[in-house]
Order: sequence, then structure tokens, then C-alpha cells
Amino acid sequence: MATIGQACLLIALGLCVYGAGASIHGGRTGQEAWIVSGRRALFAVAGVVVVAFILLESAFLRSDFHYTVVATHSSTTTPWYYRLAAMWSSQEGSLLLWLTLLSVWSSVALLVIGRRMRDVVPYATAVLLGFGAFFSALLIFTAQPFTRVAVAASEGIGLNPLLRHPSMMIHPVMLYSGYTLFTVPFAFAIGALIVRRVDSEWIRATRFYTLGAWLALSIGVLLGARWSYAELGWGGYWAWDPVENASLLPWLTGTAFLHSAMVQEKRGMLKVWNASLVLATGVLCIIGTFLVRSGILDSIHAFVQEGNTIAWAFTSLICVLIGTSVYLVVSRRGDALKSEASLDSALSREAMFLANNVVLVAIAFVVFWGTFFPLISEAVTGTKSAVGPPWFDRYIVPLALLLVLLTGIGPVISWRRSTLARLWLQLRGPVVVAAVVTVLALALTQAADNLKAVALFAAAAFSISIAVQELWRGTRARQAMTGSGPGRAFVTLIARNRRRYGGYLVHIGIAVMFVGVAASTAFQHSQDVRLRPGQSATVGGYTFLYAKPTARIGQRAGELERIELGSVIRVTRGRRYVTTLRPNRGYYPINAPAIGALTRYFEGESTSEIGLKAGAARDLWIAQRTDITSFTPIIKKGDRLFAKAAQAGLPARTQSLLLGQALRGLVARYVAEAPGAQFRILVSPMVFWLWIGAVLLVLGGLIAAWPTGGGLSGRARARVSARVARDVRAPATP
Amino acid sequence: MTLIIVIALVAIVALFVTHPLRRGVAARANLETEVRTADLSTAKEDKYREIRDAEMDRRTGKLSDADWRVLDRQLRAEAVEILHDLDELQPPADA
Repeated sequence: MATIGQACLLIALGLCVYGAGASIHGGRTGQEAWIVSGRRALFAVAGVVVVAFILLESAFLRSDFHYTVVATHSSTTTPWYYRLAAMWSSQEGSLLLWLTLLSVWSSVALLVIGRRMRDVVPYATAVLLGFGAFFSALLIFTAQPFTRVAVAASEGIGLNPLLRHPSMMIHPVMLYSGYTLFTVPFAFAIGALIVRRVDSEWIRATRFYTLGAWLALSIGVLLGARWSYAELGWGGYWAWDPVENASLLPWLTGTAFLHSAMVQEKRGMLKVWNASLVLATGVLCIIGTFLVRSGILDSIHAFVQEGNTIAWAFTSLICVLIGTSVYLVVSRRGDALKSEASLDSALSREAMFLANNVVLVAIAFVVFWGTFFPLISEAVTGTKSAVGPPWFDRYIVPLALLLVLLTGIGPVISWRRSTLARLWLQLRGPVVVAAVVTVLALALTQAADNLKAVALFAAAAFSISIAVQELWRGTRARQAMTGSGPGRAFVTLIARNRRRYGGYLVHIGIAVMFVGVAASTAFQHSQDVRLRPGQSATVGGYTFLYAKPTARIGQRAGELERIELGSVIRVTRGRRYVTTLRPNRGYYPINAPAIGALTRYFEGESTSEIGLKAGAARDLWIAQRTDITSFTPIIKKGDRLFAKAAQAGLPARTQSLLLGQALRGLVARYVAEAPGAQFRILVSPMVFWLWIGAVLLVLGGLIAAWPTGGGLSGRARARVSARVARDVRAPATP
Repeated sequence: MTLIIVIALVAIVALFVTHPLRRGVAARANLETEVRTADLSTAKEDKYREIRDAEMDRRTGKLSDADWRVLDRQLRAEAVEILHDLDELQPPADA
């Protein structure tokens, strides 16, 4: 099977090289046969890569430790669903996942686009196959996922315990789907620039993939945030960590592109900007993959093997992509990318979209600078220094505030031009709502201590009320046009304008998320405290009592999977009982018997299972860091005894039974003696709304991305067409 | 056995990919006209959508009646221009 898998990758590389050459030759000479052959090469790449993917996944499912990648990233005690996901926790599997998603999404795109854009398609195909060639070459010459050993290990090392979380099964797939889907508009932008056909057709043809990429990336980023909150034990959902930032960067430029693309579709403007944005997004997707897999920056999410050798390859690819993109945009600036219209007024929707784009790109620049600052500082001063969350907050908060305001104003201003009086008519209601929210926040909460948070609440209220007002007015307009009831008018309004109203729902989602972020960061109460059983700490008005310790040996498939040392925490507010939380620390054994028969159960990875009581008003969150130093002498003594027993030739089965007894004894002793433990306690208001906003954002994205067939609905088209047809016969009259 | 599977895989892929070359698909005719027609059709769809959206903007209060009349006339004139350009590209009906 390994040979077949390896052969599939070799065939894929050959197909990519051949297909790219055939496509370019067909594009240059106009010979359809070569173009079709190039396209078929891409479909064939998808076929063989999917076969390779399935072969490697089946090796993980079977726990076939002949495969090095399986032995080092999975084990027989890993549940089957995590075994499937274990593949992309490895360098090899993650690159294979990238290639699989790239080839599948590219094939779908070419199939759907069909005979449209026949001059652009050959070059876009070549670009997509170029990416395919890069990743298949990496897999063949560097990562080598099908490497086998003659004698299989009896047990694998297992999946990194931090990754044993449901969202981690989907998060990487979503992120990579986002990255690979963004290569489709990237490739078509390159193709359109090559043939100098940079009208809105390439944007229309790839819109679905751009929206799909944005949606997948959104889900990926949000799942990552949720995983951070629930699994990492530091108490937050976003740490401005390089790997988190790497996924945010293409999301920001992609979001900007989704807005400015509408200006090009409507007015034929911003062609240079749009081409630059989509090319930058494509490059940032590769940089994102590079950051995660290379480990060049320290990250809480770095799951990188030592001796990484892919850095040079990614750096070369990024240089080629940037060089080609800059050359194409600069060389086409004077003709193909010339704007078909100019900005009529600063009070127009296109001007608002442009402003929104500038803010989004400014945020992306801040994130990029902060992320790569360690490398920049090392290059300049020789010392690697990083910037922390306060640095990001200083720049991001005001920009985010401006973004939320622009998000609100954009939808209520008309295309081409408007007037201040007309704009005020649209804005006065939302301005009143924002003012009321500000007054209520100042009067009823402690918000006066944090004016940045108050400003974000007001901006979010403004943005949400505008979106709601738009839905209300749109429904009424539709009722007036069709004579239908409000329910039907509302549904058809959204169904006929999915991109617009899906987008408004996304705006609402983002505003709600901002409320959650602002409240949970500005008004959070946190405390790191050391407690013994019976002791308590009061945080944010809640009393956390360490009621008793807990300990458990977790088993899977008859094998010890982990040792959980935890606690029961009783939470009260005044005399009122609120909840009981059960945080624990899970210790996973390391597969290195030489360090000691008992020690190995405490020296491997450890994870923090948090205690969480989530609510609409606030989350009560607690993580435990168990202190087992007082047990070290006993553990070391046990190590020595088992070493002697092994030397004396005690049968393995007896040793195993004794080891089980020793571990059970240790666990019982932990409960009886209950040494103190370190706790991190957080009382965070309104975190819940961050996740509600995230759900709204995804829902809005789904509505916007849902295929509509492209043009206007039949009736609307006929009506507009009839009016224009009258003008063909006679001069235009109002 | 493995070798046979690999050879079969290579053969299937090679046959699939080179099929258009062996069949000898003809060169693309009138690509320039086709591309221009596609461009104009896209522009027409965009313009129609712009006309519809301007109407919606008027109904939802973003445009006054007077502003809408000016804009609508301008958009329809642009649409007519595109339709004329499209007509010029299409062969006469009796040809």
C-alpha cells in the first residue's frame, strides 16, 4: 500500500508538471486539445491524490505502525475519530491534506466554470497545477508520508493530547479549505492579468469560491478560538499568537476583497486594488501554512518537528508569488487595470467600501507587523523580541471601532452619490439607539471605567440597528412591490438578495462578537491562586471553594490512557449556590521506559480540562495546575524498585500488574493527602455573545455563499430588460 | 501485484489525460469575438443589476425620487450602449 501511495504522489507531480505545461501551451497557441488535456491533468491529480489520502488514513485507522508517521502521531489507545484527525497533526499528513483539498477544490472550480472565461482558464489551470507541483514535490522529497520501517513498533507515541478536542478534528480542515479555496480566485486573477482581461467576469466566476474560502476560514479561526478557550488553560480565546494571526491575515484581506469586488462589479473601479488584494490574500494563505508548519516563530500552537527542512522551499515559493504578482499588477496598471469610472462623491457606497478596505488593510498591516516583529527585530538588532497583546490592542481597538462604524454606514448610503440630508434620514434612528446604549452602559454598569469598551458597545449598537433597519425597510419595500405579507416578503427579500442580506447578518454577527470581546476583556476579573482543600478565593463577587481533590485513571482499549488529577470546586455568590466545577489536569504517559517506570506517566504531555459554567451574562472559568512535587520522592523510589524487578527477571505480566497497583496507590494517595493546587479563576462577562456572534457570522456567510445562479431573478430581469428595451427604441425618459 | 496496480494506474491516467490530444480537438475559433461577447454580457448583467438596485435604494429611502430619476436615466443609457455593442458583435439573423 505504501508503494501505491508513493506512486500516486509521483504520478501527481508528473501530472502537475505536464498539465501546467500543456495549459500554458494551449493558452498561447489557442489549441483546445492542449487546454482540455491540461484540465484533465488537474482532475487526474485530484483522483490520485485522493487515493493517496485514503491509503494514509486507512493506515491511521488500522494503527499500522510500519508507517513512521502513524507510529509517531497515533496509538492503539487513540479513539478512532482522533486517529482520523491525527493524520493532519503531522507535517506529512497536513501537507497531504493541503494537496488533497487544493486538487479537489480546483477540480470543482474548473468543472463549474466550464466553458466560461476560455482565454483565462488555461493560465488559471497552470497556476493551480503549479501549487499542486510544489506540494507534491514537498511530499515526495521532504515530508515522505509513506515512509515505512521493517519492524513495526508495538505501540505508537499517540496524538498530542492538546489536539484531543472535537474542534481540532475540523479546525485544520476548515483552515486549509479556506487557504486552498482562496487559491482559485488567486489563480484566476493571475490568468486574467496575463491575458489582460481584468473586467468583473473573473470576479463573478470565482465569487462562490471567494465566499466559500472566507466562510471556511472564518469557521477555522473561530474553532481555533474555541479550542484555545476550552483546552489551552490560559483563559482566553485569542492571544495574538503568530499561528492565530497567520489565519487572520488572509481573512482580513479576503474580507476587504469581498467588499471592493462589489465596487468593480458595479462601477468597473478599483481594478488594481482588487487584483492586489486577491493576490495578497493568496500569498498570505501560503505564508499562513508556512508559519504553522515551519516553526520559525514561537507559538503556543507550534506542533513542529525538529530539523524542519521545508522553510527554504516555502520561502522560495513566497518570493516567486510576490515577484510574479507585483510584476503583473505593475505591467498591467496602465491598460487592462485602468478604471472604467471615477469616484463621483465621497458620500457614496463605493467611497464607504474603499474606506472600509483601507481600515481592514491597516488592521492586516498591524497584525502582519506584530506577527513578524520577532524576525524583523532579530534581523535589525540581532535579538529576537516579540510584541504582546497590549501592543496589538493599542492599534487594533481604534481601527476596529472605525471598522464597525463604517460597516454600519456602508449599507445605508446609495451607490454613486448621496447627500448629507439623505444620509441623516437613514442614520438618525441608529444614532439614537447608539446614544441610548451608551447612556445605559454608563448608568447601569461599570463601563465608565473603560471608555474604549463603551465606544465599542455604542458602535456595535449602531451597526446592528442599521442592519435591522435595512431588513425592515427592505421587507416593507418588497411588500409594496409584490403585495405579499410581511413574512413572505422577508423570506423572498433574503432569498433574492442573498449576498446583500447574508452580508448584513455577518455584520450583525461581527458587531455581537465585538460586544462579547469588549465586555469580556474590559470587565473580566481574574486571579491566580494556590488553594488547599477547604480553602476558597473570591473573584468578581463569586466564591470558589476547593471542596475536595479528585483522581482517576483513564483507560482506553484496556490500556492506561491518562491520569487525571483534579478537584471539585463549589461556587457560591453570597449565600446562594451557583454551580460546581470540576477542573482537572490530565497526564499522558511518554513512550520512554528508560526515564523510569512510574516517572514516564508524569513526564509526558499534560492537558488542562477546564471547569466552565457558561451563561449569557458571564462565564465562570477555572483551570487547575496540579502540584505533584511532593510525590516525586515516592515516584523515584517506585522507579528504582521496578528497575530492580526488571533486572531480577520478573515476568512482564507480573511487572505490569504491580505497576497498575502502584499507579492506583499513587492516585489514592493524592486524594488522601491532597496537596495544594494552583488555580486560574476567571469571571468573564458576556463571552457567550462572542460565540453567538460567531454563529450569526457563519449563518450569514452561508446565506451569502449559497449559489444563486448568478443573475437577477426571472421577473426582475424581465422588468429591467423591458425598460431598457423601450430605451433602445426611443430616447431614455424617466 | 503492487507493480501491476501502479502500472495500471499510470496507464489509466495517461489515457485519460492524453485523450483530447489523440482525438485532435480543433483550435478555438473566433476566441476574440467570444471573449468580447462574454465581457459585454457580463457588463449587461451588471448594469441590469445596478438598475434594479437603484430602484431598491429609492424604495428603501436611500435615494430621493429626483436623484433616482437622474441615476436611472443614466444607467439605462449605459445599458443601451452595451446592447448596441452586443448587437454589433452578433451576426445578422438572416445570415
